[in-house]
Amino acid sequence: MEVLLVSLLNGLVYGMLLFMLASGLTLIFSMMGVLNFAHASMYMLGAYFAFSVSRVIGFWPALVVAPVLCGGLGALIEMYALRRVHKNGHIAELLFTVGLAFIIEKSVQMAWGLLPVAYRVPAVLDRPLFHVYGSNFHAYRGFMLLVSAVMFGLIWLLLTRTRIGLVIQAALTHPDMVGALGHNVPRVFTIVFAGGSALAGLAGVIGGNYLVTEPSMAVTMGPIVFVVVVFGGLGSLAGCFIASLIMGLVQTFAVVLDVSFADLLAHLGLKVTSATPLAEFLTIPLPRVGALLPYLMLILVLLLKPRGLMGTRDT
Amino acid sequence: MVHWLKRITSTLLALAVTFSTGAVYAQGTIKVMYTDPLSGPFAQVGDQNLQQFKYIIDYINGRGGALGRKFELVSFDNKSQPSEALLALKAATDQNIPVIMQCSGSNIAAALIEGVDKHNERNPTNRIVYVNCGAVATELTNEKCSFWHFRMDAHVGMKAETMVRALPKDVTKVYLLNQDYLFGQSVQRDMKAFLTKLRPDVKVVGDELIPLGKVKDFSPYVTKIKASGAQALITGNWGPDMTLLIKAGMDSGLDIRYYTMYAHLGGGATAIGPAGNGKVRSVMAFHENIAVETGKTDTEGWTRQFRAQHDFDFYAAGFRTIFEFLQAAMNKAGSADPLKFAQALEGLTITDMLGYQVTMRKPDHQILSEYFVGVFTKGVKYDSEKTGLGWKTETTVLPKDLDQPNTCNMKRPTS
Repeated sequence: MEVLLVSLLNGLVYGMLLFMLASGLTLIFSMMGVLNFAHASMYMLGAYFAFSVSRVIGFWPALVVAPVLCGGLGALIEMYALRRVHKNGHIAELLFTVGLAFIIEKSVQMAWGLLPVAYRVPAVLDRPLFHVYGSNFHAYRGFMLLVSAVMFGLIWLLLTRTRIGLVIQAALTHPDMVGALGHNVPRVFTIVFAGGSALAGLAGVIGGNYLVTEPSMAVTMGPIVFVVVVFGGLGSLAGCFIASLIMGLVQTFAVVLDVSFADLLAHLGLKVTSATPLAEFLTIPLPRVGALLPYLMLILVLLLKPRGLMGTRDT
Repeated sequence: MVHWLKRITSTLLALAVTFSTGAVYAQGTIKVMYTDPLSGPFAQVGDQNLQQFKYIIDYINGRGGALGRKFELVSFDNKSQPSEALLALKAATDQNIPVIMQCSGSNIAAALIEGVDKHNERNPTNRIVYVNCGAVATELTNEKCSFWHFRMDAHVGMKAETMVRALPKDVTKVYLLNQDYLFGQSVQRDMKAFLTKLRPDVKVVGDELIPLGKVKDFSPYVTKIKASGAQALITGNWGPDMTLLIKAGMDSGLDIRYYTMYAHLGGGATAIGPAGNGKVRSVMAFHENIAVETGKTDTEGWTRQFRAQHDFDFYAAGFRTIFEFLQAAMNKAGSADPLKFAQALEGLTITDMLGYQVTMRKPDHQILSEYFVGVFTKGVKYDSEKTGLGWKTETTVLPKDLDQPNTCNMKRPTS
């Protein structure tokens, strides 16, 4: 019971961090049809900007300044580069973002060095919030949950209650029609790209001091975020939210459930010994392959339901 | 006009060829080829090694080098790929370089051992020695051993024994957590073997393998470790797998002793932070406070100077031992010819910069040196990564205690 509750909390926190990162990508991917490889790089930049800014004016202003910087950078990239590449098709945009990801990674290495930087949790949050069966639930993780919940609420309000939000929603599923109706679709694109980048930056500010801030953090976070976006489905923020939580819980529970296929078969009365064919494969405990489960789920969803959980648009 | 251009080009080419073949007859520098990842996710490792090598070579050259000649380092980025490392080998042998050095990746080391063996057999007039500065899988000086391979760092078995010897008597429950590949599985196996042999009272309450470099959130693992009731966590993890694990443990207030193999390397001190005071231990060949503890002021001054000139702490005392060995072996053999100085190098004993007698074992070309277990704590003279805390020696294991048996059966060349 203790393990269940603690793992539930762990999975929730990790899932919400994934959601912060994936929500921006869902919006961008849904709108522009291009997989933005540089999205995780914005996450990394958010963490590094927050590190540098917080050393000058403190963590709380950095919480606002760093995402704004990322959003500004995203807007510039969209207006002056992506828009031109857009004419040449999806592949060209994809390759452009791949190149951008490399450039950002190298720039970060040159500016802040190859070693991880000491971006720390602010002292006021660096304490246990409450105790769960003897282990601490760190206050900062509660803060992460709070920020991601508030963020989700604000995005939902923005998309459903404001005019620009309605235009964005329409452009998510029917961009050509929206353009034909006379809305300034390029400007909507820029806003969404900048907004998505700012969200990724915010995720970086929050996640960078919880995890480690180093130049390879984009490369390590990137794949799992794509899985979440595709699994949740294009065009649906709610789908993204559910997918993030599922991924977070799956990865967390996979670690604590020490079972393997052999145990399952034993329940059915079939004993697996070292002489059984495929014995090595059947006795692999779940924690050992836990990190692969999201990718397995990705393959399954693409085979069975290519639109994702709640997708409203084809890829 | 074209005629003149052709004249000038051919003159320049002739000059270039003359000067480049000079290496064969050079009474100039003794070149050493160094290959490691200098780009990609492990670029930091290669880059920091390179900077320390340069500092060490300047020091050795200042003390006469070898045979009256200076050492010169030539670097080659192997991008963590065995195929690229073999290109480095080719580049080295094309220039008649007598030594190739490599530190990161036992898979790359295995490829190099085989490559060097083949090359030396086919080219007896252009041989090369492979100095292994950090690939620690135990097999490389056992099943895969070779006359031309010299390992200058303690292997996994020796590090595991050091760790077991450092476990205090009141610790009876340990949790093993390692990365799921050759090295991590090697650590897992050797730890269990040495625990059974030296500390049969200790029970392994958890034994975990994690996918290499994939886990971001270690809190579920911390939950499991806590549930198992372990008093010590033993791990060979390096890189993000090490830093994130320790961070997760610290954040959740896990009351446990951490025994690691690489927490003293890049990023570890920053990840542990002040909250880890007295909790984290690491098995290491060197830390900057040993010289302070033993009173070796000249060594202390030497590493302090490095600290002042670079943005990271000096950790590679073993690299200086490498060059002191090369210097002694070449001077003893009176030649930089690979066969001659290899024969002089095996069985050689020198005194290293911390004052210990280190030996290059003849049967398997494995170095026998002292090893330490340091604890990360306040109140030391030299702190790590500007955290205010640094490493303090808790246990010292002497070279003779690490003289483990080996299964090497190497073929010795006669000429």
